[in-house]
Amino acid sequence: MPKKLRSPLTPLMSLTKSKLLLLLASFLVSSSVFAQDDLLDILDEVEPQQEETIDYTIATFKTTRLVIGQSVETNSEGVINVLIGHRFGRVNGSAKEFFGLDNATIRLGLEYGITDNLNIGFGRSSFEKTYDGFLKYRVLRQSTGIRKMPLTMTLFASMAIKSQDFADNNRENYFTSRMSYAFQIMLARKFSERLSFQLTPTLIHRNLVATKADKNDVFAVGAGGRVKVSGSVSINAEYNFIIPGQIASTIGGQKVRDSFALGVDIETGGHVFQIHVTNARGIIEKMIISETNGDITKGDIHIGFNISRVFTAYDKNKLRKKREEKRASKAILEG
Amino acid sequence: MRNTIFTLAIAVFTFSSASAQKQFTRSANISFFSDTPIEKIEATNHQATSVVDLEKSEMVFSVLMKSFEFEKALMQEHFNEKYVESDKYPKAQFKGIYKSEKPIDLSKDGEYKVTVSGTMSMHGVDKEVASKGIFTVKGGVLKAKSEFNLKLADYKISVPGVVKEQIAEEIKITVDATYEPYKK
Repeated sequence: MPKKLRSPLTPLMSLTKSKLLLLLASFLVSSSVFAQDDLLDILDEVEPQQEETIDYTIATFKTTRLVIGQSVETNSEGVINVLIGHRFGRVNGSAKEFFGLDNATIRLGLEYGITDNLNIGFGRSSFEKTYDGFLKYRVLRQSTGIRKMPLTMTLFASMAIKSQDFADNNRENYFTSRMSYAFQIMLARKFSERLSFQLTPTLIHRNLVATKADKNDVFAVGAGGRVKVSGSVSINAEYNFIIPGQIASTIGGQKVRDSFALGVDIETGGHVFQIHVTNARGIIEKMIISETNGDITKGDIHIGFNISRVFTAYDKNKLRKKREEKRASKAILEG
Repeated sequence: MRNTIFTLAIAVFTFSSASAQKQFTRSANISFFSDTPIEKIEATNHQATSVVDLEKSEMVFSVLMKSFEFEKALMQEHFNEKYVESDKYPKAQFKGIYKSEKPIDLSKDGEYKVTVSGTMSMHGVDKEVASKGIFTVKGGVLKAKSEFNLKLADYKISVPGVVKEQIAEEIKITVDATYEPYKK
């Protein structure tokens, strides 16, 4: 019975050595695919890696104001942000003034996101009946991944027009005398989930100043930051340092000082409430930086708050379409 | 010569059959819906990754939390910053198995009702989940669909009191994936 003794491997034996090698190799190749036992390994392989995507840092600050001044944050495209800024009088005012609560100034403001990076804003302050308008543009955005950017940079330019009667009606007054400008370069970095910091070189230009000794241009450097204490609450602080020797005249008998503000941000969905204490009485940059005369050591402190509420003015379908186009163009680029 | 062709044929066959059993996608759609009388919130992620092993009846999903797109930019920011904490927990993953009455055959059109069970990992929490789904094969292309609910509290996602009325406790998730063969 010689037939029964044939080994099952006999057909393979008829192959030449090289062919056997080829077959073996093919098994090795296919088994190397099988060897990826864990689907998660394959997932890791097919998934876009961190190095392939841009991971933008979000929420460096909760809103477009740090405390009383601007923050690097901009409103996203199609977002309308309604802001109410409110500042009471000084807490060291007498009981007759109800410790400052009788004497309040207010600014009503509106901001709009033309794009995610470009914002336009308007406001009207009761203080000196001032109108203001501004443009804000985010040039750099902090990110990790394929594009590494250590900080966010936002440029700010505003113009303010004081509509209050001129102090001296006997002299010749020009409309341009009512105008002032503020320019800021805001640099911010979110160091961690909790900690963000901002540096703000500022130039204030005033067309009309009180005395010859006062400079029309006032240079200052602002610094501020926030510490997040919970998902919805953060504590923010801000300080604006005026480079000495630029402002000589006094306001209400008090010299112009650096402004300081300490506040708490409370965010509730579409609203952000900011409650703060500060020695500044104005709500726009020119007033905060070049017209603050409160002396903290003497108790010249104002209690204030900002309320901001965002509305989305974007057409839902338009947004969807735009995102689809964006995805399609991305797919073409990758494909 | 004939033997060489034969050997090569075996080689190609073993190789391709091994890979066709694994299917993947990088563009699965995963959406979620939160529905309360005050606010309807909807977000979609078009970049979810998934791999299915038809031989072992296993499947995995992975999704970057930051790729969820919301209608309102601020909602997206709050979702990432406050609720799922995307910087700390960038991904949500699912790894599990599916049970089908008959094995999935890519060579002919068909529909397969399956039950999927496995572990969902999100916001630092691993949880056993199960859901029903449908696999369809059309023209050799595999598609998967599923719909299920999950509770935010199960994943330690806490909603502050002031917005409790606006965010549902239970979120509806839909999955819609079209696969392609995985080739090494």
